[in-house]
Amino acid sequence: MAPIDQFVSRTDAAGRPHRQPALSGPANIPWRYWCVGFILVLMPVVANSFVLFQIFGWAFILGMVGLSLMFLGGYGGMVSLSQMAVAGLAAYMVAVFGMSGVPQVSLGWPWWLAVPAALVIAVAFGSIVGALAVRTEGIYTIMITLAIATAFFYFVRQNYTIFNGFNGFNQVLPPQLFGVDWRQPVPIYYLTLGFATLAYFLVVYVSRAPFGLALQGVRDNPRRMAALGYNVTAHRIAAYAFASFIAAVAGILLVWLNAQVSPGTVAIGPAIDILVIAVIGGMRHPVGPFIGALIFVTIRTFALDILVSLGIPGERFQLLVGLTFLAIVFWSPDGILGLWPRFRQWLTSASSLTGDRGGKP
Amino acid sequence: MIAYYNRHPVWSLVVFLVVAFFVWAIFAAWPPGLEAVLGKKKVFLNAIFNGITLGGLYFLVASGFTLIFGLMKNVNLAHGSLYMLGGYIGYGVALATGFWLLSFVVAFVVVALVGIVLQYAVFRRMEGEDLRQTLVTIGISIVLADLMLWIMGGNTFQILAPEWLGGPVRLPLVTAVKSSGEPVYMTYPIVRLVIFLASVVIGVLMWLALNRTRIGMLVRAGVDDRDMLSATGVRIQRVFVLVFAFGAGLAGMAGVVGGTFQSVAPGEDTRFLLASLVVVIVGGMGSIPGAALGALIIGLAEQVGSVYFPTYSVVLTFLIMVVVLAFRPQGLFGRTR
Repeated sequence: MAPIDQFVSRTDAAGRPHRQPALSGPANIPWRYWCVGFILVLMPVVANSFVLFQIFGWAFILGMVGLSLMFLGGYGGMVSLSQMAVAGLAAYMVAVFGMSGVPQVSLGWPWWLAVPAALVIAVAFGSIVGALAVRTEGIYTIMITLAIATAFFYFVRQNYTIFNGFNGFNQVLPPQLFGVDWRQPVPIYYLTLGFATLAYFLVVYVSRAPFGLALQGVRDNPRRMAALGYNVTAHRIAAYAFASFIAAVAGILLVWLNAQVSPGTVAIGPAIDILVIAVIGGMRHPVGPFIGALIFVTIRTFALDILVSLGIPGERFQLLVGLTFLAIVFWSPDGILGLWPRFRQWLTSASSLTGDRGGKP
Repeated sequence: MIAYYNRHPVWSLVVFLVVAFFVWAIFAAWPPGLEAVLGKKKVFLNAIFNGITLGGLYFLVASGFTLIFGLMKNVNLAHGSLYMLGGYIGYGVALATGFWLLSFVVAFVVVALVGIVLQYAVFRRMEGEDLRQTLVTIGISIVLADLMLWIMGGNTFQILAPEWLGGPVRLPLVTAVKSSGEPVYMTYPIVRLVIFLASVVIGVLMWLALNRTRIGMLVRAGVDDRDMLSATGVRIQRVFVLVFAFGAGLAGMAGVVGGTFQSVAPGEDTRFLLASLVVVIVGGMGSIPGAALGALIIGLAEQVGSVYFPTYSVVLTFLIMVVVLAFRPQGLFGRTR
């Protein structure tokens, strides 16, 4: 479908193919990666624990859920709003199988049993959602996944035997592994950073592996791929399974960071927040969702101060996020990532009259 | 209908049996054994009537949504916000002037104007880019929801129906038979019946307008092949604006209905957006009869479900959607593209 291609084509706004940095050997890693890596690793030296915990911890986790959406939307051409439900299911399952403050439900398994069980269930759920959603295209996929996410929210809120209904679970703590309390700000910063980095490189790797390339082929022209002998449906469902895995890992980190999970975690608002995050950052490259998540979390954290300084009541956070989102989707369909090539395009088009307008094919 | 029977005799039989059972259960006096299974007939009848009238409300919301989508392929996920805006406007007008009927007119006109603004400012700029439309309208609905929360606060408002529509009416349906042999008749709020009839009238008028008038012909032609229609010299943008304004106005009017049936409160926009999504997915995108059938099914499922298995009644509607999707992805009345 043309409109989705516009969001997710493999070329940047200027029409050039994305540069594909080689990952083999440290000498080939671009200097940008080193810079970002150094800054992130050394962050605890300068940042206080509030910033580490409330901003970066959240941004990495929401960025991972956004990354799973980016993988589906960017490489698969399928925009799913049920990724937060998958993450939430994994979070719930960790609470159900492992320890929590609700002993009548929680089974109390050790973490090395509870975590894989949660991952398996969440990935299975995400794959079933995918199997339903891949029968449809474009806007229909959005509607169906939104409806499934809503149904999941209502189910979780009503079900007391497994999900403990309205109250959810509290005191879901990460395991005390290697003598470290992983819920302290610095350890959880590195924990979330580590998994976010792994997820990022995993997505980059898969996008260049045969499976990822076939998926992008399916996105661009499903009929041709089917004619070439690829099983289009299977590739799409597999993409859902892979994205669900990333979302599930993020969900487990989320419940450990938060120490609790409740129906509010998987409500419609958070599900749309994930879309907002992925779109603000940009859906063309795996780094986009993390940028989007950082911006989103920063706005959410400091909205009160920003709004009060502008003379607007502080509780209008949604307004600020909504207007930011609106401005970005209106003027830069590729999110923040799309602004940079546009800016360069604008610089070059000032000197040449033949340059085509970036971003609007 | 006959063609459908010829193609799917088994499904037709199932549908016929279900409908026949409901009709019998509504009109007949119940045999003693049935009450043990289904509970009191009064409760059952109330659930059915609530479901049908709720279906009328859903139809008002979803028909505008499906019309806009069917003709223009415009994905307006701010439709729920238009509904809520209509509800607040209707509440304000009814409170200020005391004329309940006037609030429908004002809500229709104002929300239709908002729809025209949306059509000019958003959809005309990104024609055919459905993902971008989706995102922009999600953004608009976030902003509108917060603006309305800012202005109206988090309170719940109910629009009061006028005196002449207040109170219940006795229907010629027997709910029970007293031991003396005297039948007990069902009573039901008259305002819900009137509004349901009004939505049926609107639906029939829409069908007539679409199938019997020139503008309806243009709209239908636009649904089928809008490039060809514009090539024949029709000012298709004008048709688009009209249809968009009408669809948005319907949502605004539905907001007044919803405010009278239930209430206007923050969060209703998402609820009705989702309801219209489910209704048009079940009924088939772009089909007015589909919206009517879908609205009826979803309204009934919600109300009957809330009586007979209250815990998961909300999940039931989504379950219906999933089942429909699994067997008929294009919806019950949808056409394969």
